[in-house]
Amino acid sequence: MTFRQEMKKALLTSAWFVFLTFPILVIRVNTIENVIEWRWLNMMWIAAGSFILSLLWSFYFGRKTGDPGKKTEAFAPADKAGSLFRNPRFRMPALVLTALFATAFPFLFSVYQTSIMTTALMYVVLGLGLNIIVGLAGLLNLGYVAFYAVGAYSYALLHYHFGLGFWVVLPLGGLLATLFAILLGFPVLRLRGDYLAIVTLGFGEIVRLILENWNEFSFGPSGISNIPRPGLLGLDLNLDTATIYLYYLMIGLCLITIFVFGRIRDSRIGRALIALREDEIACQAMGIDKARTKLLAFALGSTWAGLMGVIFAAKTTFVNPASFTFLESAMILSIVVLGGMGSILGVVLGAFLLILLPEYLRAFSDYRMLLFGTTMVIMMIFRPQGIITGIRRTYQFRGGSIDGATAGK
Amino acid sequence: MERQQENKGETILEVRRLSMDFGGIRALEGIDLVVQTDQIMALIGPNGAGKTTFFNCITGFYEPTAGDIFIAPPGGKRKRINGLKVDRITSLGLARTFQNTRIFPNMTVLENVMIGRHCRSKAGVLGAVLRGRETLREEAEIVERSYEILAKMGLASRVNELAKNLPYGEARRLEIARAMATEPFLLMLDEPAAGMNPQETKELDDLILRLRSEEGISILLIEHDMRLVMSVSDHICVMDYGEKIAEGTPQEIRRSERVIKAYLGEDSDA
Ligand SMILES: Nc1ncnc2c1ncn2[C@@H]1O[C@H](COP(=O)(O)OP(=O)(O)OP(=O)(O)O)[C@@H](O)[C@H]1O
Ligand SMILES: [Mg+2]
Repeated sequence: MTFRQEMKKALLTSAWFVFLTFPILVIRVNTIENVIEWRWLNMMWIAAGSFILSLLWSFYFGRKTGDPGKKTEAFAPADKAGSLFRNPRFRMPALVLTALFATAFPFLFSVYQTSIMTTALMYVVLGLGLNIIVGLAGLLNLGYVAFYAVGAYSYALLHYHFGLGFWVVLPLGGLLATLFAILLGFPVLRLRGDYLAIVTLGFGEIVRLILENWNEFSFGPSGISNIPRPGLLGLDLNLDTATIYLYYLMIGLCLITIFVFGRIRDSRIGRALIALREDEIACQAMGIDKARTKLLAFALGSTWAGLMGVIFAAKTTFVNPASFTFLESAMILSIVVLGGMGSILGVVLGAFLLILLPEYLRAFSDYRMLLFGTTMVIMMIFRPQGIITGIRRTYQFRGGSIDGATAGK
Repeated sequence: MERQQENKGETILEVRRLSMDFGGIRALEGIDLVVQTDQIMALIGPNGAGKTTFFNCITGFYEPTAGDIFIAPPGGKRKRINGLKVDRITSLGLARTFQNTRIFPNMTVLENVMIGRHCRSKAGVLGAVLRGRETLREEAEIVERSYEILAKMGLASRVNELAKNLPYGEARRLEIARAMATEPFLLMLDEPAAGMNPQETKELDDLILRLRSEEGISILLIEHDMRLVMSVSDHICVMDYGEKIAEGTPQEIRRSERVIKAYLGEDSDA
């Protein structure tokens, strides 16, 4: 593109942006004095800003189409971090330090911080669970939150009606979510891609609407309160100790999830899931039962949502349908996409970024969604594979003997 | 090799009056075909003759409108496979490749072949998580077998490369390797030489002949490259407009009036 063309395009873009934002950013109706304020200065800013951004944009795109190798270069630090993490000499100390920090966390920081950290850990597990469905099996699931809700309401209702305790319901919640996933799986077996996304989106909304409207079953929008926190050997814990206890519980569950996810990914089952993502037709021709594998992906991924649902109910001691909106599904999906599909480290980083940053950047809370959206758009353009690229396991063959060298854990 | 001598002439695939309609369009019209042990059978015909459709019917991607498909694995029972699911047919011993290469691009070359071992192994979710001795043994066997197959295909140096980074000719060979990993008794290749350079095609000749002599399998081959067809196949079946118009040895086919006419109709080279 010539310079003139680029200028013209940038001008058009800025005019378009001015037009789009005119009603909200320029015109303001002052309802007290019944006058209209014209904020021309805002318009100037938007025009100038979008003009410059548009120029920068075409500059970057020019480079991108010109040399495909260039575009990843900007992210070399992330790649370096990834490969550094795979290097055993760095990996061990890093893991030990992380473990020490995680163990000491409740003693170094306030209960409030510990509680936020627990939430972040919950999202790590949720992200990894969804990563099985979306990252490994390539099934775009927009209704993941439904299984989270199943877990939460399992605990709430089973406790309310039968007085069942946390430890009994924890596995039950996981199991119920798995069952629900299989039930949902059957009708959507034939779908993939966009169609699957829409059906799962619908499913998520249906579950929420049922919870909202079926008062006799779920107590409607007012929800269920007084759900007990998890007990420790029959001891009565006060709020602070209960929070810390839940934190360690989540650390444990996180480790279990990471362990299970890693093992599944590097197994016969995991390969079948990835093959399904890569090419559904070839995957069948390789003797993989498509229907079974899809159900398996749904089941394996949703169990974690069920477990986290129980934890969520126990942590907040209160559940209502407002916690299980589509936004929640989108959040978990963003963690997976931002972090890196199929990658464990990626999801962990993604969860911490997306859950912790907004908490600590309260000052910008007005712009939270704006920042969030912008980040996602930029990521998808320049780094569609996520922060950390899932690296495949490699094998070394020397004179017939086999070493499995693992990478990308 | 002794066993194969004995088996020679045993029918392993028998297709009877196979027809396939696509909403009023008849793509296959009463095709009969018999493949025997140790045979390399070629299926040729002009574009749109219905060759790929024929493959899709046999491998379960399409359910034929009429007709029967029987398989009889060497030493096994004869079985009708119409309407069985694709993965079931693969595990019964029919493996195929695709006209447009369908490798798993973001998996390594080795993993691509390991997928082929899926239907010959059985570790489940529990096995994956607990990774007991049996699972480890099976996993090691999968890796070892896959590597062996790749070595035979001349892809040993590529095991850890992502499949999408392979050059075209090697990707096609990888697809054959992957199909071989399912331990088929009949390997069905859909235009394996398409897009290969003459050197690669020449190597493909050897590869196909070696698969038969070393692995003891039969091959059913769709191919437009007449030199390849004439040099490897011992039986040729010619299709045109969904019908079988001729069948016989390469010599017979070369002389057949009908075949020449069918081909001259669109392509005067052949
Ligand atoms: N799924 C389908 N739906 C409708 N028509 C189809 C379908 N598959 C194949 N056909 C039609 O069946 C006929 C045979 O197609 P087929 O792909 O089997 O030809 P072919 O012999 O493999 O040709 P080529 O040598 O070009 O690969 C064509 O007319 C094609 O349009
Ligand atoms: Mg074809």
